[in-house]
Amino acid sequence: MKTRRIDNYGKINRDKILSFRWDKKDYKGFEGDTLASALLANNIGIVGRSFKYHRPRGIFSSGVEESGALVTIGSKDRRDPNVRATTQELYNGLEASGQNAFPNVNFDLAGINNYLGRFFAAGFYYKTFMGIPPLEWGRGTAIWMFFEKFIRKAAGMGSASELPDPDSYEHAHDFCDLIVVGSGPAGVAAAIEAAEKKLDVILVEQDSLVGGDQLAENNFDNSQIKNQLGNLGIKIMTRTTAFGLYDNCVVGLLERVTDHISAPNVNIPRQRFWTIRAKHIIVGAGAIERHIAFNNNDIPGVMTVNASKHYLNRYGVLTGKRIVIATNNDSVYETAHQLSEAGANVTVLDSRTNFEIETNKSFEIRKGYVPYNINGSKKIDSLDISKSETINKSETINCDQVLLSGGWSPAVHLLSHRGVKPKWDYNNACFLPSDTKENITMVGSSRGLWNKNDCIASGIAGTIDALNRLGISKTNYFFPKPGGWKNPIQPLYEVKNKKSRSKSFVDYQHDVTTDDVRLAHREGFISVEHLKRYTTLGMANDQGKMGNIIGLSLMADLLNKEIPEVGTTVFRPPYTPVSIGALSGRNVGKHFRPLRVTPMHQWNIDHGAKMIEVGLYQRPWYYPKKNETLSDSYIREASTVRKTVGICDVTSLGKIAIQGPDSTEFLNRIYSNDFSNLQVGKARYGIMLRDDGIVMDDGTSWRLAENEYFMTTSTGEAAKVMSWLEELLQTRWTDLNVNVTSVSEQWAGVSVAGPKSREVLNNCVDDSLVVTNNNLPFMGVTSTLLKGNIPCRIARISFSGELAFEVYVKSDFANTMMDLLWENTKKYEGCLYGLEALGALRVEKGHVTVAELDGRVTIDDAGLSKMASTKKSYIGSAMRKRGVLKNKDREILVGFFPTNLKETFNAGTIVCEKNNIKGQGIGRITSVTYSPELGHWIGLGFVKGGLDKWKDTNLVGADPVRNKQMNLKVVSPHMIDPKGERMYA
Amino acid sequence: MIRINCPYCGERDHSEFSYGGDATINYPSLDASEKEWTEAIFFRKNIKGFQFETWHHSNGCRMWLVVERSTVTHEIKSVKPCHPDLQKVVENNK
Ligand SMILES: [Zn+2]
Repeated sequence: MKTRRIDNYGKINRDKILSFRWDKKDYKGFEGDTLASALLANNIGIVGRSFKYHRPRGIFSSGVEESGALVTIGSKDRRDPNVRATTQELYNGLEASGQNAFPNVNFDLAGINNYLGRFFAAGFYYKTFMGIPPLEWGRGTAIWMFFEKFIRKAAGMGSASELPDPDSYEHAHDFCDLIVVGSGPAGVAAAIEAAEKKLDVILVEQDSLVGGDQLAENNFDNSQIKNQLGNLGIKIMTRTTAFGLYDNCVVGLLERVTDHISAPNVNIPRQRFWTIRAKHIIVGAGAIERHIAFNNNDIPGVMTVNASKHYLNRYGVLTGKRIVIATNNDSVYETAHQLSEAGANVTVLDSRTNFEIETNKSFEIRKGYVPYNINGSKKIDSLDISKSETINKSETINCDQVLLSGGWSPAVHLLSHRGVKPKWDYNNACFLPSDTKENITMVGSSRGLWNKNDCIASGIAGTIDALNRLGISKTNYFFPKPGGWKNPIQPLYEVKNKKSRSKSFVDYQHDVTTDDVRLAHREGFISVEHLKRYTTLGMANDQGKMGNIIGLSLMADLLNKEIPEVGTTVFRPPYTPVSIGALSGRNVGKHFRPLRVTPMHQWNIDHGAKMIEVGLYQRPWYYPKKNETLSDSYIREASTVRKTVGICDVTSLGKIAIQGPDSTEFLNRIYSNDFSNLQVGKARYGIMLRDDGIVMDDGTSWRLAENEYFMTTSTGEAAKVMSWLEELLQTRWTDLNVNVTSVSEQWAGVSVAGPKSREVLNNCVDDSLVVTNNNLPFMGVTSTLLKGNIPCRIARISFSGELAFEVYVKSDFANTMMDLLWENTKKYEGCLYGLEALGALRVEKGHVTVAELDGRVTIDDAGLSKMASTKKSYIGSAMRKRGVLKNKDREILVGFFPTNLKETFNAGTIVCEKNNIKGQGIGRITSVTYSPELGHWIGLGFVKGGLDKWKDTNLVGADPVRNKQMNLKVVSPHMIDPKGERMYA
Repeated sequence: MIRINCPYCGERDHSEFSYGGDATINYPSLDASEKEWTEAIFFRKNIKGFQFETWHHSNGCRMWLVVERSTVTHEIKSVKPCHPDLQKVVENNK
């Protein structure tokens, strides 16, 4: 096949040949190519199939607006779909393939969809959802369910790899005085002006090269500009897209670090997600050339005029031999001239009849003509043209390429992110940026300036504007007026003969035609936001950069309104797609969340612990002996605790030091039960309510001294409780002299539980008298020494229901404490126990945790009414019996047994009456365990009306998710030792 | 992308702070009626424009602050400690 590459053109490096694969065949390109330019050079016209109709699609553009050449890059775990071939730099070994076609883009079986077009018109999905009238009114989902898998297969783009992403990504931050987006003439002028005025400047360019649209000029060399920028200390970031503007002059950047490298260094991230904080933003993002809608305007070989100029002058590729350019404005003539000079036979159709343009007559100009229809299917055979006054085929021109320019749309997207609506400019037939109070200035062709000198002037004016707004200068300035062409543009969006049917594409990527827009109008979807969603116009990953204005003009026409009255949709970030990998950065896998470990973490692991996550904490889950399963292990551990003794790391509990003369008053206000009379050397279990009367957390507070308490909270609520206490002291009760300090990290805690726990402690403390029943009664607290002179705090507190102690030492002593306790625990055939056994023990005992106190439960619901003082007011006391909270049939804490004691059940089971198994039932099971003590499964949970109402009734546990049902009965939540004789032993 | 000028720490990113709520509420006394409490905690204004709101410098100095912020533009007019005594200290140190 003959190459389209021509000599003496382009800025590619012809000494460096790169091999790449396209659809499983090998090709060659040069350093400096994009995938698109290399494909074009190799004469590959069809690079994809369209979204709905599977029509062959070629390369429409040379940049980010591309809506045809979306390809898949890479393979296996690096397969990246929907990449614009026009912005993908070529590298040696690049693998790419066309999308949305089977078996390939040249021969696609689903091409038949093209002939079923009327079934795939606008709103197809919505209508399928609603059902086919009149048979299926209201039953639409059935037909959707049936067709869904076929439709999804037929109407999709590329598919992403399902393997883990092998690349790494990074989040980075930077600051500057001024960030300039775009390195065209305007952006560069602005950056230089600012750097000369001593501003700290970052210049961002999405392309690999600095220069903007000048890269399409035949003699352009950017080295001088780069030197100048570098000498001024401007930070240049190429391959970096400013994808979004956010509050307070924050700019989001995506830097593609290695996407252009064949074998990147694995220590370098693939992409960087930058958050830049600037004092001022200058946007010189350029303008995007529009196409024109007419029949078959999507046949491969159709391209924007500016794109062909880029391919010629930057990549040395002449995209056609017999080229027809169709336009309504002056911007195409320089390109026409250059294309014909490069050897193409060029004809320009200009819809305007009355205008003057200087040319060297190397090409023909047909004034007053427009494109009418393209003949051909996989490539262009010829173009039917029409007079622009009355639309009808007048003659046919043989050609292999049709270049379109329907005018230019300034890239106002970034400003639109800030909620600034653009305004329509009739003279230039485009939306122009409006002014904003924020420190953002638009320059260059993104403010509608069409010639280079105006762009440069606007860049300098933009920087003066920035300096003025930053209070650095007070200089007068003015921006050049929008426009700059010799002859005015003549609006031209669609060429159509009212009588003929046509397939004239507005949005190439989503296969939206002008007829779809008309259909939307007929069916009443006339607001632009509705039009967009009904037709999916502008919803593909190009976000309608080329086609939106055409769609708007059609709707305006249909409504007999002007474009500004119809309005425009709001552009939202990102300007171009941002990969999920870049958004997540390093926050993946085990780095997804911070990791918290207790000071005896390694000790636990060394002693055989299997760990489990509780909030951010790693906690021992169970300590299996040889061949033990989780269930073997926790049952053994729990039984051992009940029989002799066990020790368990409880460090993750929140710990707060409460100090100051008003500490007692403070605790008395935040806990629902009385704390006014707690003696020094005693601890008390307490419940905190929220303002609205719902239980927030539970825990214990130990009175260490007259004005000092040590509070523990649940693991999960520790941070919340701490913030809550600070809020109360700093905002509501500012007269209280209390100081709260989080000491969670400072203390390592262990629970020693079981009938032999006192013996174990006795062996571990320096003075064995301190833990006798007299000296340390139930809920007693002591500060003493462990053997080896280790200061510790001990409280006789039980969560398991056994005689038990909590021992705390400074974190540094954690391992020493564990060694000491474990050595002595072993003497009594005790064990280490983990969270699973802890759970079993507390469920047997009917103690609640966050599984029960889930933010919906009152103190009465939890069966803890006696913890609600009637003698004082406290947080939540006014509200705990409000409205529905005082209903008689609220769900109350109960225990559950399976009726057949051999059966098991799961947490999450819905409790129902026997013949009424539906909906939310009458209750739910929140925690379950096998009870070693009772020898069968037991559960905790809630049921409407509580134990009294259902004591002797057989109920059903429904577990529809796991397709399970069993009979169960309601019992007291205190399933063992209800009187607490063991705890007080 | 709000930045809050903490009176203790200086200007910091909003990711260091936790949002509290309406800073203008006078919470009733603990023994006030259910009605008064209902008013205070459930009936809130949804202000368009500047409002006083509390923020907790939870990943910083742990102080609760009153921030005067526009709900439309995120512009911040003032930042003060919630605690009145600390407000005075900050004022005097200016
Ligand atoms: Zn602070």
